[in-house]
Amino acid sequence: MKRILVSIKRVVDYNVRIRVKPDGTGVITDGVKMSVNPFDEIALEEALRIKEKGLAEEIVAVSIGPADCQQQLRTALAMGADRAVHVQTDAAIEPGSAAKLMLKLIEREQPMLAILGKQAIDDDCNQTGQMLAALWGRPQATFASKVEISGDKAQVTREVDAGLEVLEVDLPAVITTDLRLNEPRYVKLPDIMKAKKKPLETVEPSALGVSPVERLKAVKFDPPSQRSKGVMVKDVGELFTALRGKGLV
Amino acid sequence: MSKILIVAEHQGGKLNAATAKCVHCASQISGAEIHIAVFASDPAAVAADAARLAGVSKVITVANPQHANPMAACIAPQLAELAQGYSHVFGPSTTFGKDLMPRVAALLDAPQASDIMAVESATRFRRPIYAGNAIITVEVTPGTQLVATVRTASFDAAQTSTSAAAIEGASPSATLPQHTRFVSVSAARSDRPDLQTAKKVVSGGRALASADNFKILYQLADRMGAAVGASRAAVDAGYAPNDMQVGQTGKIIAPELYMAFGISGAIQHLTGIKDARTIVAINKDPEAPIFEVADYGLVGDLFHVVPELEKLIASNG
Ligand SMILES: Cc1cc2nc3c(=O)[nH]c(=O)nc-3n(C[C@H](O)[C@H](O)[C@H](O)COP(=O)(O)OP(=O)(O)OC[C@H]3O[C@@H](n4cnc5c(N)ncnc54)[C@H](O)[C@@H]3O)c2cc1C
Repeated sequence: MKRILVSIKRVVDYNVRIRVKPDGTGVITDGVKMSVNPFDEIALEEALRIKEKGLAEEIVAVSIGPADCQQQLRTALAMGADRAVHVQTDAAIEPGSAAKLMLKLIEREQPMLAILGKQAIDDDCNQTGQMLAALWGRPQATFASKVEISGDKAQVTREVDAGLEVLEVDLPAVITTDLRLNEPRYVKLPDIMKAKKKPLETVEPSALGVSPVERLKAVKFDPPSQRSKGVMVKDVGELFTALRGKGLV
Repeated sequence: MSKILIVAEHQGGKLNAATAKCVHCASQISGAEIHIAVFASDPAAVAADAARLAGVSKVITVANPQHANPMAACIAPQLAELAQGYSHVFGPSTTFGKDLMPRVAALLDAPQASDIMAVESATRFRRPIYAGNAIITVEVTPGTQLVATVRTASFDAAQTSTSAAAIEGASPSATLPQHTRFVSVSAARSDRPDLQTAKKVVSGGRALASADNFKILYQLADRMGAAVGASRAAVDAGYAPNDMQVGQTGKIIAPELYMAFGISGAIQHLTGIKDARTIVAINKDPEAPIFEVADYGLVGDLFHVVPELEKLIASNG
C-alpha cells in the first residue's frame, strides 16, 4: 500500500504569549492552549493533497509524547489522516530519539514518504526530519515549498537562503515542510465526529525497542533580554536628523 | 581539550561570512583547537580564506565535482567520517547548516544543539526557543560528542590573521548516495548587499500592498546602500521573494540599522531582528507592537515617508 507517514507534534499554540516560570525551570504550559505544530499541519495537508491526487492510499499520523497528544492526533484524523499511532511516553524526547522512534514505525509501515514539519515551534530545533532521513539512509528534501510526485521520484522546491532550490529525490524519502507549501484546510464538525471512529493505536517506546535518552539536558530557562522602547519622532525630518546624528544615513 | 570541526559554507568560490562567525563562536570555548572542513569542487580559494581566520589551526579540503552544488545527503557521510575524534562539530545556522548538521549528528549518534547564541563552557550553551521568547541553557553530558549550529546573528566574524593555517586534502571513503539529485537553484541576482550580512536593512510588510510598490523600498535601499527585507505576510502575498523574509522562519539578522515599513511587529518577525543595533519603525497605527522595540518610531503613511526620506538623504548627500 502506498503510504505516507506524517509527524504531529503537540505544541503550545503559536498565538500564546510564552512566559518563563519565575523559578526558571521551564515555560508556563498550565492552562495554555495546545495545538498541532503549524509546520506539521502543513505536512498533513500536503499528504492529503497527494492522496487526493491518487498518488497515495493511506496517511498515518504519528505523535510522540504524553497521553494528551491524542487530542492532536484526533485533529489530524479529523483533517483526513486515515489512522494514527501514538508513541506514548512522558520522557523528554530529543529530536534524535524522535527520529529513532519514527524509524521503527517506518520499518513497520514501509511508507513511500515521511513528511514532517521543518521545525516545532516550541524547541525550534529543526532536526528530526534530517535525522530520520540519515538513519533511514534515504534522501531528505527540507524546507519544501513545492512537492511534485511522479512515479518513484519527487521533485521538491526548497526555500534556501539564496532563493529556491530544486532537488529530485528517489522515493522513499523524507520531506520537511516550510510555511508556503500549502494552506491547511479547516476541520469541519462532521469530520470531528467521524474521526472518533478512526483507529488510534498506542505503543510504548520499549515496544519499539527504543529507550529515549536525554543527552542535552535543560539547565535553566530565562526570559529573553528585552529591548527598551525608544523615542517617537514627529516627522521625517526629525527621523532623518536622528539617523544622521548616528551616522546611519 | 576541545577539538572543534567547522564545516565551511561558501558561494562562488568565496567563503561565506557565516563560517567566520562559527569560528568566533568556537574560539569562545577555552583552549579549543579549531579546524575547518571545506567541501567544494575546487576548494583552493575557499580553503585559503578559511586558513587565515584567527584561531583556525588546520583546514581540511575535500575536492569532488559533486560538491559544486552541495547536498546534505552527499556531504553528511563524509563530514561524519572526518568528525571522528572531534569533541564538537559546528555549522552555521543558515539553511545550508540547518539542512546538513542534523544529518551529520544522526550519523554520529550525537545530540545537536541548534542555534547556539552563547557559549558558557565546552559543554554548556544558550539557545533561543519558542521563537526567541525564552532562552534555554543546555548542557551535554561530558564526553559526549556534540553537533551544533551557530546562530550567526549572535557572533561577530572572527578576525583574519596574517599567518595562515595548514591546508590538507582528505578523501573520505564514504560512498556518496545517488538517490538525491540537484536540479536547479534560482537565486535572485541582486547588486544590493546580502541581507544576512548587510549593515543596513530596509524592510517592507503587508502594507506595501504589491510587488510594484516594493520598488520604492528598493530605491530607498539603493540610496542608503542597504539590503531589502520583508515580512512573511509580504512574501506570502508575492510582493517579495522568499529569500527576503526576515524572522523566525526566514533570516535572523543583526544589522546596524533595521527600518521596518508597514510591518506590525509580530513576535515571529521580531525574532529575526532583535539583535539589530538600531530599529526604526514606520507604521500608520500608533498601537502597532513594532513600536515597543523600535529605537525610533514614526507614526505615518509609508507611501509618504519613504519618498520624503529618500529625498532628504539625496539632498543632504
Ligand atoms: C510558525 C510561524 C512562523 C512565522 N514566521 C514568520 C517570519 O519568519 N517572519 C515574519 O515576518 N512573519 C512570520 N510569521 C507571521 C507573523 O505572525 C505575522 O503574520 C507577519 O509577520 C505579519 O506581517 P506584516 O507585519 O507585514 O503584516 P500585518 O501584521 O498585516 O501588518 C501590516 C502593518 O502595516 C501597517 N500599515 C498599513 N498600511 C500602512 C501604510 N500605508 N503606512 C504605514 N503602515 C501601514 C499596519 O498598521 C500594520 O501594522 C510566522 C507565523 C507563524 C505562525
